[in-house]
Amino acid sequence: MTLALEMRSITKRFPGVLANDHVNFQLERGEIHALLGENGAGKSTLMNILYGLYSQDEGQIFLSGREVVISAPTDAIQLGIGMVHQHFMLVPVMTVAENITLGTEIVKNGFVLDLDTAARRIRDLSRQYGLEIDPDAYVKDLPVGTQQRVEIVKALYREADVLILDEPTAVLTPQEAEELFVIMHSLVEQGKSIIFITHKLGEVFAVADRITVLRNGHVVGTTTPAKATKESLAEMMVGREVILTVDKGPAQFGPPVLQVERLTVLDDRGALVVDGVSFDVRAGEILGIAGVQGNGQTELVEALTGLRRCLDGQISIGDVDVTNASPRKITDLGVTVEGSAHIPEDRHEHGMVYSYPIADNLILNTYYKSPFARGVVLDHQAIEDHALRVVHEFDIRTPSVYTGAGSLSGGNQQKVVVGRELSRPIQLLIAAQPTRGLDVGSIEFIHNRLVAARDAGVAVLVVSAELDEIMSLSDRIVVMYKGQIIATLEAGQASREEIGLLMAGIVEEEEEEEEEEHAIA
Amino acid sequence: MSATTATSTVKTTRFWTRAHGFGIFYLTVALITLVAALTRVSPDTISRLGLGVIGQPPPVRISFPTQLSLVIIGVLLGLAGLYSLVRPIGEREVNVLLGFSFGMIVLAALVAAAADKSIDMVGMIKDSLRLATPITLGMLAGVMCERCAVVNIAIEGMMLAAAAVGYMASLYTQNMWIGLLVAVLAGGVMAALHAVLSIRFMVDQIISGTVINILAVGVSGYIRTAFLLKNPFGAPGLFPYVFQKTPLWDIPILGAILFQYQPMVYAAMILVPVVWFVLFRTPWGLRTRAVGEHPRAADTLGINVFKVRYVNVILAGCIAGLGGAWFSLETVGHFDDLMTNGRGFIALAAMIFGNWNPIGGALGALLFGFADALNFKFQILEVGVPYQFIGMLPFILTMIAVAGIIGKTTPPAADGEPYQKQ
Repeated sequence: MTLALEMRSITKRFPGVLANDHVNFQLERGEIHALLGENGAGKSTLMNILYGLYSQDEGQIFLSGREVVISAPTDAIQLGIGMVHQHFMLVPVMTVAENITLGTEIVKNGFVLDLDTAARRIRDLSRQYGLEIDPDAYVKDLPVGTQQRVEIVKALYREADVLILDEPTAVLTPQEAEELFVIMHSLVEQGKSIIFITHKLGEVFAVADRITVLRNGHVVGTTTPAKATKESLAEMMVGREVILTVDKGPAQFGPPVLQVERLTVLDDRGALVVDGVSFDVRAGEILGIAGVQGNGQTELVEALTGLRRCLDGQISIGDVDVTNASPRKITDLGVTVEGSAHIPEDRHEHGMVYSYPIADNLILNTYYKSPFARGVVLDHQAIEDHALRVVHEFDIRTPSVYTGAGSLSGGNQQKVVVGRELSRPIQLLIAAQPTRGLDVGSIEFIHNRLVAARDAGVAVLVVSAELDEIMSLSDRIVVMYKGQIIATLEAGQASREEIGLLMAGIVEEEEEEEEEEHAIA
Repeated sequence: MSATTATSTVKTTRFWTRAHGFGIFYLTVALITLVAALTRVSPDTISRLGLGVIGQPPPVRISFPTQLSLVIIGVLLGLAGLYSLVRPIGEREVNVLLGFSFGMIVLAALVAAAADKSIDMVGMIKDSLRLATPITLGMLAGVMCERCAVVNIAIEGMMLAAAAVGYMASLYTQNMWIGLLVAVLAGGVMAALHAVLSIRFMVDQIISGTVINILAVGVSGYIRTAFLLKNPFGAPGLFPYVFQKTPLWDIPILGAILFQYQPMVYAAMILVPVVWFVLFRTPWGLRTRAVGEHPRAADTLGINVFKVRYVNVILAGCIAGLGGAWFSLETVGHFDDLMTNGRGFIALAAMIFGNWNPIGGALGALLFGFADALNFKFQILEVGVPYQFIGMLPFILTMIAVAGIIGKTTPPAADGEPYQKQ
């Protein structure tokens, strides 16, 4: 095989960080080459250099053996490099055809947009590569998976030979991811070469021909799926042995802490999304709520944390009734009782103030109390001491506690949130999608923290769309479907398949089977 | 599935909707109309609305009893109000009722103004179009800026500066057309300042716009005292009527409505479809809109975000400069301090009214132009309402129009955000 692309000794420095340190990377023609690494390992930097969004401080790029200079995306596009960004570069209010042709528009009569010809060409392209898209649809109306196809066609429309897919599965459901893998294979069969950036180990084995692992800006090594195992790749990524399963001892259950009685909650549009849900979480227990996204988990957590009104039902923590209580009341139940903690689903939107330094983010729920507040003023020394302690204890990788939280990597941002919530005495922890979008190392760290909280006697409620996460963390699992709890299972009692069926709303009950038999008869 | 859970029906009622707000507004106007009609107007008063040419008796004249007409309009408005309040109605119906009630209110105003007198409808239409011109031009400037995500509240200042500088140039060169050219350039220069501040230096665009508005007041005031009050030249006059010596001028009614204007009115009429076409039918427009919605997406496709913004903002300033010329060179014939009188801000309201689309914006501008025309008409006819109150009419209309339709309007997604390369 010939080399489609070679990056030789690429070095890129940012203030305070060596993002790429003499990175060598080779892409053969017609292969899917996975670029694996934790968040902040330098994968995106390397690819942004290749796409002309950054320019390298040192090093050369060769395309088909010829040295090229790429100083802007236009250069990359002209050289046949296409990139599908993790956050789609699509204009939602424009049509597929407009998005695809943007920048290389077809004109008729000298200056008039010719979207009909564009639509025809796009249809031809989508037929050729088996990427079903409607050129006249508006992007905002398309599901995420289809939007990603639009991005791929956008690159193909510009005659890309080398495709960079930056964490393409991060936004996809497992089924959509499977479809993407099929598309990737068919693209490679038609002669394209693909760089596949990811931090999910399973996917590497599903699609990659070769794997290059990056860590802290260095290439750790290049291998193939046949020679590697999940464990060996994880070790290459993190630099030490990683335990992929959660290690936890038997639970020591205490009395119920969170008690939810017939809770009913509406969503923003007034639809009933939590429908008479009752459950409790005991001290020293992790209760996992499994379910496909959008079955009322979000609203349930919002109701439990005081962010959404309950229409009916009762919530109590310990002996305190917190139905429709304010978030502050729920966070801080009183002087003598310990409060509750919340790791929100969307850390950007609800978990932190992006533009605040880490130190301030770490006291968002305690700033009004001693030792951080002295009367009406803040005690900056106490805040800094606290921040230094939490940064150390929760292994937040940052140049300083005064670094803006928004400039941290996803994993470190989540550690800030977790650190803030767990660095004070609590009796209840509600964690929604606690590891979404994080890398292996951070996931392991956060899982261990959740288990540690449970072992310290905290009642822990984990809501996650990742079934594996629910299965490995929980002592007890409830499955939510269409706003109701349709099953409660002891951990170890149910298999992955059974829970998967329950998540799809398929309840296996004996009487039902009988009913079905009757129906058949 | 086992049907063990009782199906709970939850009825959701929203306590306050847009329809309720409008309902109360319609009822209030209906009440005022009815009370005024029954107490202030005698039953034998007649309103006359005429169609014809200025200076000649209107050939067509509709006469109807003022009181009865006002009572009917008041009752209809009252019904619209009650309907909005009592019935839960959809977005479509709300808008239909809004349009209907607006028409009714306009009609009521005309009938009231024409009580015991005659209003020349052709004159009203002409005045509306003429007075809508600076608002239309300012609206186009606003649309062009905001479509590429640069908020421009400095249209007022750009027009004011253009009016002053353009007039000075025409005075000192004694040539109207050089004056126009300079006005356009002055608008462009002011816009370039806004562009540099907001694109290059990433100044908050509201701040930058405010600064330019204040700067324009100062500069134009200085120009007036230093160069315009004492000068050796005679007044340069006004722009000529474009079709004055052509047969088009004399077509009955139609000639008066379409062909009896000065050049800026036609500039606005032509520029509305031109800007629309450029924005929605050309590659440049597609890129402009993409930059306004998702600049990084445009950047990754090799579109120069900064260039698109500079070009659009500066061209928008030139169009605002035409609007400035309308004041000093087309309408008044000299320069007064603050002569733009808030039209640049009304233009922004028209832009929002039209949902950032030149065509809709032009309709909004026409509405405001009509309000202005009505205001003048009321002053001339000495209707028994203080004219200061009528002077507020365009602004009240602005608030109603903007508040009424604002629920549906969506500005470009990146509007007001400076773009920073990674």
